[in-house]
Amino acid sequence: MLYFILRRIVLLVPVVIGLTVIMFAIARLLPGDPVALAAGPNATQGEIEALAHEFGLDRPVWTQYFTYVGGLLHGDLGTSLLTRRPVAADIAAYLPATLELVIAAMLIAVAIGIPLGLATAVWRNRWPDYLSQVVAIGAISMPRFFLGLLLQLCFAMWLMWLPLGGRLPIIVIPPPSVTGFLTIDTLIAGDMHAFSMAMRHLAMPAIAMSLSPLATIMRMMRASTIEVMNQDYVTTARALGLPRGKIILKYVARNAISATLTVIGLYFGWLLGGTVLVETVFDWPGLGLYATKAIISQDMMPVIGVALVIGLLFVAANLVIDLLYGVINPKVRYS
Amino acid sequence: MAGPLLRIRDLHLTMTSFDGAAHVLNGIDLTVQRGEIWGLVGESGCGKSLTGLSISRLVPTPPARYIRGEIRFEGRDLLQLPMREVQTLRGKRIGMIFQDPTTNLNPAYRIGEQLVDVALAAASHDASVLDCPADASRREKRRAARRLAGDMLDRVGIPNAKARLDNYPHEFSGGMRQRVLIAMALIGRPDLLIADEPTTALDVSVQAQILKLLKGTVADHDIGIILITHNLGVVAETCSHVAVMYAGNIVESGPVEEVIERPAHPYTQALMAAIPTKQSKRGTLKGLGGSVPNLVSPPPGCRFAPRCPLAVAECTQALPSAVEVGTAHHAACIRVTGTEVASDV
Repeated sequence: MLYFILRRIVLLVPVVIGLTVIMFAIARLLPGDPVALAAGPNATQGEIEALAHEFGLDRPVWTQYFTYVGGLLHGDLGTSLLTRRPVAADIAAYLPATLELVIAAMLIAVAIGIPLGLATAVWRNRWPDYLSQVVAIGAISMPRFFLGLLLQLCFAMWLMWLPLGGRLPIIVIPPPSVTGFLTIDTLIAGDMHAFSMAMRHLAMPAIAMSLSPLATIMRMMRASTIEVMNQDYVTTARALGLPRGKIILKYVARNAISATLTVIGLYFGWLLGGTVLVETVFDWPGLGLYATKAIISQDMMPVIGVALVIGLLFVAANLVIDLLYGVINPKVRYS
Repeated sequence: MAGPLLRIRDLHLTMTSFDGAAHVLNGIDLTVQRGEIWGLVGESGCGKSLTGLSISRLVPTPPARYIRGEIRFEGRDLLQLPMREVQTLRGKRIGMIFQDPTTNLNPAYRIGEQLVDVALAAASHDASVLDCPADASRREKRRAARRLAGDMLDRVGIPNAKARLDNYPHEFSGGMRQRVLIAMALIGRPDLLIADEPTTALDVSVQAQILKLLKGTVADHDIGIILITHNLGVVAETCSHVAVMYAGNIVESGPVEEVIERPAHPYTQALMAAIPTKQSKRGTLKGLGGSVPNLVSPPPGCRFAPRCPLAVAECTQALPSAVEVGTAHHAACIRVTGTEVASDV
């Protein structure tokens, strides 16, 4: 298994090289001058050139590239032209918020989608099945930001159950940062009030993000459950008198989940890269907002940094999924 | 003993299809006693598997519909029993083995666990299955079930049985997997075992071992077996009785030597003739002309008539009923009378 993980990590090298090369090329091909943008409207030509020199942007692009890759090996993701801070530090500050949001959304999606998919397969072609299919289609086709706005309108404006946005109210003192996940850090600090606040802030954006993976997971689970229920070993289990509940919850569910796992892994990565709209609607200080600002000001270092981090997380998520395959299906266990 | 183990009488089953209702079982009569191994033979689609599945009530209704008839297991009609009751018989009183050992074990669980689950399910209806008191704790029951699972694997001839409980199905060969499935079917100590083509997917040497194992089980536990197969050789080797099916009917049945030595029905005769012998020349495989009739609109009268070399006009009048042609030997053909075998007189 260690070999399996190592091989995956080695395979990352070409991914990183490809990603950085492409991003550097794009940075060069884009019209406009990011340095001039960063220097401000009143900067003189001399000031702009000085800034370009400071960031090494006056050197040939391949020198810039190798300097960047050299830094990468030390965990240096370059410096943002805009914030003048190391990109690595910025990402470390924004990533936990995004991760917390995405993980919460995926937990909701999995916790509801899997049982619902199983249930609709067992009771297929009856009204609960039809109802959830219709809802699922709706959930998949509704844009997340629009759903976010609807949720805000309903739960924050009319019912006033949940806060409109942000991670914590200004008046609540944030707990000391351990994991960067406010829900966990407040628990570690033992501050139950802050914890409930953090949960209430997390709820709406997480739900808004979770609906489309939830619907997809549900439909995948439904399809694979139906397929598994037609397998010979299910007939055998029935013929040998196993109770129906046990057959479905134990024998069918486990085999059906393994097909659904792929979707879960893919969605995890997809959500990571697609938080921008939800983060914007809910004023959630995450990676998406950070990357958007950087893109608008053509500040390439943060953009490359964010792309790399999301890419790595995506690969890591799928590695975890692949390892889970081995847990669920012993036939694909790694030697 | 009072009454037969299993008695199927006049069983009619239709299947809804796009073309209409197909009469797939058209009056099956079959009686199985303890200690008997019945071979159920016939071409693909003749209804032999459906007969087996019907006994366990595993045929989904709809699309299937039981028009009439009864399936009495120790006197109780399984078609009238609520499914909850049928469920208590499965695994415990009626065991089943299916054709393909590679797909009938759950790939995600160790075989020990699968055996234990079947044993526990059986024990929930009859505590005596496990060698422990009825009020034993869950853990004690699990342990007893596991012990039993090990014993069963040992009994079906899996070497080093105890250690292999922790293996996954893919770690066994096909023949070994079929043994595991037999152990699983027998762990609840059923009185009737339905084996649906249990050796078709196995190679010949393994096939012989498995058949021997089934035969030994009947001798050891005094159970009844229905062996569904399309292989007359298997029947001759293993079974005490045979029922030949054609297009949803049992056309001939009786003790195996009787039927094989003196086949009375033209279809059985044709089946026997199709078996290559040492004398037959290369390239002279004999077959039976024509094909199985459409069951949505079956031919009138005897369903075999269109392919029968001996058919006469009367054959299409009515479905022939079974006539006794020897000791417990019946054939459903108007060309046989009394002890006479159908032939071109």
